[in-house]
Amino acid sequence: MAAVLQVTDVNASYRKNAALERVAFEVRPGTLTAIVGPNGAGKSTLLKVLLDQHPRLSGDVSFFGESFRKVKARIGYVPQRGSVDWDFPTDALDVVTMGLYGKIGWLRRPGRTHRELAMRALAEMGMADYAGRQISQLSGGQQQRVFLARALAQDAELYMLDEPLAGVDAVTERVIMDTLQRLKGEGKTVMVVHHDLQTVEDYFDRVLLLNRTVIAHGTTADAFTRENIYRAYGGVLRWLEEKSG
Amino acid sequence: MIATLSHNAQWVLLSTLILGMAAGIVGSFAYWKRQSLMSDALSHAALPGVIVGFVLAGTKSLPIMIAGAAVSALLGALLIEWIRSSTRIKEDAAMGIVLSVFFGLGIMLLTFVNRSAGGSQSGLDSFIFGQAASMVSSDVRLMTATAAVVLLVAALGYKEWKLFLFDPAYAAGLGLSGRLMNGIYLALLVLVIVVGIQAVGVILMAALLIIPAVSARYWTHSFKWTVALSAVFGGGAGAAGTLLSAMGNGWPTGPFIVLVASATFVVSLFCGASKGLLVLYLGQWSHRRRLSRQPAAGQIAAREGAGQ
Repeated sequence: MAAVLQVTDVNASYRKNAALERVAFEVRPGTLTAIVGPNGAGKSTLLKVLLDQHPRLSGDVSFFGESFRKVKARIGYVPQRGSVDWDFPTDALDVVTMGLYGKIGWLRRPGRTHRELAMRALAEMGMADYAGRQISQLSGGQQQRVFLARALAQDAELYMLDEPLAGVDAVTERVIMDTLQRLKGEGKTVMVVHHDLQTVEDYFDRVLLLNRTVIAHGTTADAFTRENIYRAYGGVLRWLEEKSG
Repeated sequence: MIATLSHNAQWVLLSTLILGMAAGIVGSFAYWKRQSLMSDALSHAALPGVIVGFVLAGTKSLPIMIAGAAVSALLGALLIEWIRSSTRIKEDAAMGIVLSVFFGLGIMLLTFVNRSAGGSQSGLDSFIFGQAASMVSSDVRLMTATAAVVLLVAALGYKEWKLFLFDPAYAAGLGLSGRLMNGIYLALLVLVIVVGIQAVGVILMAALLIIPAVSARYWTHSFKWTVALSAVFGGGAGAAGTLLSAMGNGWPTGPFIVLVASATFVVSLFCGASKGLLVLYLGQWSHRRRLSRQPAAGQIAAREGAGQ
């Protein structure tokens, strides 16, 4: 089967500093991958470079064998919750409907079927009762679920989520992980920037350890080894372990 | 009162009404883009262009002066963008720099022109505080056409504006070009500013863009109504301010428009139906009353204990 995502020799920088160096990996369909690495390892930058939101200095990225521009609609992106202003005057259903804008077509109005689709996506995230709620009055976890519902409404084949579990409550974490597992079961591909090393093995079947370059990539059993984690996190982790042990 | 106005004054009134509506719409885009200061910077940046346009035309020709204003406002916008992206200076500082430098340059040029022969009769001063009464019917037509363009672009692309203003990164992911939307937004902003400065003046133009948008958010939770209300408030302030300034001879329009807009803001702040202080206070008061009617847990236990 062809790769959903093929990344070859990608380099990117922030001002003078290299953010990504010779990043190369391949993602197969129907997988659930955690992107893990210390702060400043370039996890969010990697997503932005893949999605054409940050320039790459060199290298190649292809989705489903095509350039990002051609297959935008098949990719569902869930940005970090903090990237938008939640005071914006709109309600939860309206935000989820935004996931359908590509389908509705530019300069056209959403119809009843679109609202029904959005409503169904909200219900899948256990948020049906909050459809008319002003987004600033939602809790952090609920906001995150609205964001995921928006990507679900888009009905993509590849989902890319930037720290969806950061600062959410236990219920939301459960709902989000169940949803991602279900997507994987349906043959969709999911990539998640993840920060909690404790839960990697429970939640994900594959892992990409990143620290400016790919340290390890493979099934969780193969790649998420003590040695690889040390290599990705450097001395920080060893120091923590010595302190606690 | 309106019937007693001269024919020309009625036209002027209509045009400031329409201008206010257009400013209210574009202003709410700027507000939700968190760029309220941008409108202030660009309207100040328009001044040198007005004067240069006057000098080039040799007479007070509005189309040429407006073209000059547009060029210098866009130059200001480009400069802000350049400072922001290629230095470590933050956007608000960049806007502050551009605002003061361009305005200073404009005032300097204005002084020179006013001292030169015939300059003092040019009426250029009215571009600083605004003089709606000095407008003629061709100005009114220009303003109406501009406002119509703004209304059309806002209404047609309502859904796109909402997406772009709320979450530009996601919008780009869906294929809505941020560069294109940003370009249209800047073009609309400059357009409203340059046709508005004759009536409102470069110093206070920003108020007509910002205050209606800020007032509108106290009344509603929906983006559609925020924009619509902002247009209503802007239009109302434009028309009412013009009426008030017409009551005295040579009174500047800008300050009156701004005062009316500010009055709307104060009313919104206190009485706004969704975020107004009065509504918040009443909500808290009824909540407190409900709490005080319910006996506290300790009292219930004590009562049950006494009954046994």
